[in-house]
Amino acid sequence: MFAKSLSLSLMGSELRVMFTRRRTWAMLAAIALIPILLAVAVALTSDQLAPGEGPPFLDRVTQNGLFTGFTATLLALPLFLPLTMAVVAGDTIAGEASLGTLRYLLIAPVGRLRLLVVKYLGTIVFALAGTFTLMIAGGIIGAILFPIGPVTLLSGDQISLAESIGRMALVAVYTAISMSGLLAIGLFVSTLTTVPVGAMAATVVLAGVSQILDNLPQLSWLHEWLFTHYWLSFADLLRQPIELGSFASNSLLQLGYIAVFGALAYSRFTTKDILS
Amino acid sequence: MPQALELAIKTSSLTKQFGSQKAVSSIDLSVPKGSVFGFLGPNGSGKTTTIRMILGLAAASKGDIELLGHPIPKELEHALPKVGALVEGPAFYPYMSGRNNLIRIDSADRNSMSGTRKQRVDAALERVGLTNAAKKKVHAYSLGMKQRLGLANALLKPREILILDEPTNGLDPQGTREVRNLIRSLAAEGITIFVSSHLLSEIEQLCSHLAVMTAGKIVAQGSLAELRNESQTRLVLKADRIDELVDFLKVQGLTKLSLKPDRVVAPVPTDFDVANLNQLLVKKKFMVSEIRLEQPSLEEYFVNLTGEGFEVVR
Repeated sequence: MFAKSLSLSLMGSELRVMFTRRRTWAMLAAIALIPILLAVAVALTSDQLAPGEGPPFLDRVTQNGLFTGFTATLLALPLFLPLTMAVVAGDTIAGEASLGTLRYLLIAPVGRLRLLVVKYLGTIVFALAGTFTLMIAGGIIGAILFPIGPVTLLSGDQISLAESIGRMALVAVYTAISMSGLLAIGLFVSTLTTVPVGAMAATVVLAGVSQILDNLPQLSWLHEWLFTHYWLSFADLLRQPIELGSFASNSLLQLGYIAVFGALAYSRFTTKDILS
Repeated sequence: MPQALELAIKTSSLTKQFGSQKAVSSIDLSVPKGSVFGFLGPNGSGKTTTIRMILGLAAASKGDIELLGHPIPKELEHALPKVGALVEGPAFYPYMSGRNNLIRIDSADRNSMSGTRKQRVDAALERVGLTNAAKKKVHAYSLGMKQRLGLANALLKPREILILDEPTNGLDPQGTREVRNLIRSLAAEGITIFVSSHLLSEIEQLCSHLAVMTAGKIVAQGSLAELRNESQTRLVLKADRIDELVDFLKVQGLTKLSLKPDRVVAPVPTDFDVANLNQLLVKKKFMVSEIRLEQPSLEEYFVNLTGEGFEVVR
């Protein structure tokens, strides 16, 4: 009875479908490639890099391999990570509609709200898979190419190896939370069309627009409402004592986006004629 | 109290409007329980839209639907587990095997027993003859195999009604026969079957009841016997001295005569006494070479109702 109401069977099925697709694995592989390319490039040119040159943390990678994951997260955040998220979120409903499987799920019957919730949770699982892939691939390649040991944080304090692995996990979770608002937007866009590519493109464009707006000082009043605003603030998790302010603000903001776009997706999807 | 005929599907004034166009225009369907109900109409007549509304995929613009006694869409989730359906062709995840596709769709229903899932899926695959292709990915399936897989999906659970939209589309003649046999055996188990088609030949061999739809309206509905009766019986007569013959027939009360080069055709009541007329003709020394009553085939009747030709009506 409990398993029934939790829809565990459907959730498992959703994840099986997602992880049967080659596309899902290709995207995770591409995500893993970011820290690998980064580490190899840094390893080949480390003697030419002056401290502070390049993206933040880049110079630290050579001193401590564990920084590879953090730096890679920084590089993937503006475009690549949102792109993979848009692909998965844009596909949720529109992908099923374009295959025609949506009508068979609905007459199974799956229940429209239930399907929407499971689809969204599926995208969250993908977000976690993506951010952890980034971090783990970074940690592994960093450990191979560079020395690893206690990490010197941005605040200058040192934390142990075990604690720094904890911080890596925390950053991965933070980044997945950062993506959750975008995923809700993508879910909503996906209910509007039967063309998954359209939903994916629209979602990624919105992520871009939000970041551009966040960079316009004239719109500073708007910045803290943009879902991309706290994306780069994961750096606060690399201070000692740990700075959780942006974690809380980010989570709250993303929850707001989930609520608004979840409601929009619900009202759209539950009243939609499925004609595909 | 007289027992009303139990209906598996009942619609009243069901209407679907897309913009200014009425795809389905105030139809009243009555599908008796236990019947094999043929839903006949040319392409684009509104059959699939009707089925979508019955299954709750699309909302009706006007009118009411009852499916197995449940008002739709209000009690959709109570009705659907008892319904197996194939709507507008099969649809599957091409990158998954046939078997995993069925498992996926079965997992979507929260009431379906996960303990018996694999067993039910295998039984359904067996029933449509796909056991050997169960592990193949669906993108390697032929259209006919996908159609069978769609039928297997409809048979995953014991159903009270099967709603099959053009179930033999894309099948070769042998596959068509198999599907027909499958439908017959399911009907014999007492399952109501609602099958749509644009091919009369398919329906005529299979169905006990029929509704004919054209341009969004139902133009005929009833049991096959009733519909056969509705079609006008004709007298066909061949004899010499045509002019005299026509005059004579007019005296006998047969007024709406149509003259063909070698014969006379006239609409008559079903219980028309041919023997008597024959005797009268012989008395008047007509040389009768042929006299018979003719029942138009259902196909003629269907074409009369829906119009001939390939043109899309709207």
